[in-house]
Amino acid sequence: MQLANIQGEKMEIAYYPGCTLKTNAKEFEESTIEAFKKLGIELKELNKWYCCGTVYSLATDNLMYRLAAIRNLIKVKEEGYDKVVTLCSICYNTLKQANLMAQQDEEAMYKINSFMDEEPDYHGEVEVLHPLEILKGMEEKIKENVVKPLNKKYAVYYGCLLLRPKEVAIDEYENPSVMEKLVEMLGGSVVNFPFKNECCGAYNVVSDREAVVERCYRIVGNARKNGADAIVTSCPLCHFNLSEMQKEIKKTDFVGLPIYYFSQLMVEAFGGRKCKEK
Amino acid sequence: MQRKMKMVRIYIMGKEYRVPEGLTIMKAMEYAGYRYIRGAGCRAGFCGACATVYRKEGDYKLYADLACQTTVEDGMYLVQLPFTPANKAIYDLEKIKADDKTLVNFYPEIARCVSCNTCTKACPQELDVMDYIQASLRGDIAKAAELSFDCIQCGLCALRCPAEIVHYHVAQLARRLYGKYLAPKAKHLEKRVKEIEEGKFDAELKKMMKKSIEELRKMYNARDIEPEEEMPTESD
Repeated sequence: MQLANIQGEKMEIAYYPGCTLKTNAKEFEESTIEAFKKLGIELKELNKWYCCGTVYSLATDNLMYRLAAIRNLIKVKEEGYDKVVTLCSICYNTLKQANLMAQQDEEAMYKINSFMDEEPDYHGEVEVLHPLEILKGMEEKIKENVVKPLNKKYAVYYGCLLLRPKEVAIDEYENPSVMEKLVEMLGGSVVNFPFKNECCGAYNVVSDREAVVERCYRIVGNARKNGADAIVTSCPLCHFNLSEMQKEIKKTDFVGLPIYYFSQLMVEAFGGRKCKEK
Repeated sequence: MQRKMKMVRIYIMGKEYRVPEGLTIMKAMEYAGYRYIRGAGCRAGFCGACATVYRKEGDYKLYADLACQTTVEDGMYLVQLPFTPANKAIYDLEKIKADDKTLVNFYPEIARCVSCNTCTKACPQELDVMDYIQASLRGDIAKAAELSFDCIQCGLCALRCPAEIVHYHVAQLARRLYGKYLAPKAKHLEKRVKEIEEGKFDAELKKMMKKSIEELRKMYNARDIEPEEEMPTESD
């Protein structure tokens, strides 16, 4: 990751928010922008961006659903950037997979480029990044900025979309460790958490809420049994499912945990706003 | 001597007609013998009643426009679209809130937008239609209101949308919410209304009403014309 070489100097990178970061996950956006500013990286929101197309855009047999992701990547290029960072795991996954398609599937791109005849052609020139990938190479800079080391135990939760399919994984897809390393750099300790890449239930929360409540019970319960004081995640949908569905767990042996974005821990350790105690 | 009119071939719902060059689609259809009962309004590009779609010979594109604003070309295939079936959400503006979920709650189909941009291409007002739908989806009512401000509700966006969104109704709700809840209140207007109600101008008006037409004309011609000013906003 070349961004690791930016120690000391300021840099700008295009930022694609996605709809959820403007509604349900505002605190994720605010804390990430703030934490990255401390590290000398300015996340510049694109002037024009569109809903990434969410999971529908992952259907490989319907190119119509890929238009949104490709159009966003064209906007990144048009606005003069060669890299774009996106926070939401779903946006990351859809943009990254669409970009891979743009690089590899000439036939599909011929159709898409012909259909979008009002836009310049696109062939995968932009690089799609998740903030955790950028942080990987910035150990020194991160440690330098820690003024209030975290003093709690955290269960780190990845969910699925940062790791699967493996072609778009931000880290070792079976046993990732990037977020654990970050938490430790910030002064926190990490508990063993075998459920760290289990699925939270995702959009099933709309159609089968009970199933997601059950997932939440297992995931949060396991984190607590392993001694965690809180769960750290990077996905707005995981965050929603794990925090909101806790309220609906009826089992009497269940004790909940607060759910934080990794960026909120960064802000706290860098001396900014403290994470809310549940 | 009268100059000979140049004629062009057009096809109205498949039937060939010859009409003088330079006519608008609307006038060309009337020249060919059609009479508008619906689908015509201001005839000046403001009312949005005369939505039309056409193709040109040798061109795969389907064009969308206003019949009163578009000149006929040789080989055009034409039809008028006097009405767009489009469901309107029912709401009481006094009772609803302007938050980031309001638009998607009343028009959940906006979440079906795949960013194909067909709506934008269809808009005769050249608005960024897809952009205001996307702004609506992420709850940015102010942006949706701003981008859709010049919408004349012709309905072509809604007819062309593969996601079956009714863009112009979404936009109207956005503008209503913006106007009622989000736009800064015009303080100078409030002040002036109060002055009128308190009768500040009554005496002067009464005086004017007694004057002759001749005197009024003189006054009108000698009046002070105020320079154009920026609208004051709440932050001023």
